[in-house]
Amino acid sequence: MSETNYSLAELLIVAAAETWRQDGEIMGTGIGPLPRIAVSLAKATFNPRLATTDGECWYTTEPLPPGLDAAQVSEVEGWSPYDRVFSGLWGGKRHAMVAPTQIDRFGQTNISVIGDHARPKSALLGARGFPGNSVHHPNSFFFASHNTRAFVASEVDFVCTAGYNPARYLNGGPPAFLDLGIIVTDLAVLDFGGKDHAIRVISLHPGIGFEQVQDNTGFPLERPEHIPLTRAPNAAQLALIERLDPKGVRRTVLKGDPVGDRR
Amino acid sequence: MDSATVPAFDKRMSVDEIVAELRDGMTIGIGGWATRRKPMALIRAIARSALKDLTLISYGGPDVGILAATGKIRKLVFAFVSLDHYPLEPHFRAARQAGAFEILELDEGLLHWGLRAAAMRLPFLPTRIGVGTDLLKQPDLGKRVTSPFADGEELIAMPALKLDVALLHVHRADARGNVLTLSPDPFFDELFARAAARSFVTTEKLVPTAELNMAANSRFNLVERALITGVAAQPFGAHPTSAAPDYQLDLKHIKTYTESAASPEAWGAYKARFVDPGEAAYLEAAGGPDAILALPKPIY
Repeated sequence: MSETNYSLAELLIVAAAETWRQDGEIMGTGIGPLPRIAVSLAKATFNPRLATTDGECWYTTEPLPPGLDAAQVSEVEGWSPYDRVFSGLWGGKRHAMVAPTQIDRFGQTNISVIGDHARPKSALLGARGFPGNSVHHPNSFFFASHNTRAFVASEVDFVCTAGYNPARYLNGGPPAFLDLGIIVTDLAVLDFGGKDHAIRVISLHPGIGFEQVQDNTGFPLERPEHIPLTRAPNAAQLALIERLDPKGVRRTVLKGDPVGDRR
Repeated sequence: MDSATVPAFDKRMSVDEIVAELRDGMTIGIGGWATRRKPMALIRAIARSALKDLTLISYGGPDVGILAATGKIRKLVFAFVSLDHYPLEPHFRAARQAGAFEILELDEGLLHWGLRAAAMRLPFLPTRIGVGTDLLKQPDLGKRVTSPFADGEELIAMPALKLDVALLHVHRADARGNVLTLSPDPFFDELFARAAARSFVTTEKLVPTAELNMAANSRFNLVERALITGVAAQPFGAHPTSAAPDYQLDLKHIKTYTESAASPEAWGAYKARFVDPGEAAYLEAAGGPDAILALPKPIY
């Protein structure tokens, strides 16, 4: 039985947890509070072998709730300095869900700059580990606000991650280990399962129509004949989410902490 | 402390003596990562010096921000510049948006790879990192190499990032340059040292060799001493970044530092209080040793 009394953040956590369902024993990384709770939920339910860190350099036996110190709440089970993170990810043993600033029709994303690279209108973080991640291990994406500034009409301002863009292929095809998973937004769940890896809507959050998703996307989305509703969290999942986020960080991520069912 | 059968040698220097070894236009690698174990006393000393036109290579934090705000940078080689809890480094942003210096933007692992190539004295190392991205539009990443084996794969050639000098902060060192980096993550300080013609370290504590207890602490021995040119005892030399386990990140100071980007006057006030007066005055202005030792562990 699913609950009717759940928040949008909780709906997104349950949807985002699907990122790691098929992954087996790898490093699961969720960047930002909701993806982080999502990877914890995946580990606590259907993929107990996932390895997750405290965000610094320790693997913890239990998923670490956001806002808490690893040493206070969980046993450390392994060491994860950056050198080892790189070695592991180059070998493909990781699936990250990250929250870029922009994404385009090819699945290329940007966290470096808005505007011109030499003299940006807004300098953001820099490419960080995105370029290497994108060509070595599976990646999924999270957008707290699905709009045309994030889902851009042409290419993203500075391409930080490889996508399914033939114009940028080096060896006559997509990079060997390019593997883009799902995109979870405040409106829908999307994936790259359309024609030639086109982005398609695979579920709509309760109360959201396809047109609303398309109107907030700067490029055409593939529209499957039947698009199911994003599955509502059940009571067990909601209880687990409360345990995995006892400080309620999830309630501070989306403006006004809206309800999950917007019908 | 030295064996009676070996003539003594001594690498001890002051922070100012280390900075006096630097020259305009040098390529300088800075150890640590964002807000963790940055050699900040050395950075503040460079900010006070007349040095200019530096090429900096860093997993960037306030080291890059302070040297950007004081106009020391000709070129920055980076994958990010961040204050972790305050993700966007405001002085770096202002300088980037003003086009204040040249850049080479890399991926974190690509930066590692460039240091690795330099450490091995190779001209480049092959990689797939950068394929499909705008990193490759930069002339420094314009070269390709084809696998000579049956696969024939075309790869990116990451050029060696050779350093004139690496500047690092460690926890313990002796006068001969034997060092211990006790933090939970050593980051890529070893590669910075191996990629550099000369490496200088500041250390929380300068101790007799026996007190390093090297046999027990070998995992924390960053590199062999032959790679260390000079050692300066500089307690709290990483502040406001962390030198855990000795002390943690000073989030309150980082907030003050972040706010100093609000206006030229705000930066002038920060610089006058924390950069210009030198390290003894800095330590007092930053709250003093007891307050720094009592900082709580930040949550990531």
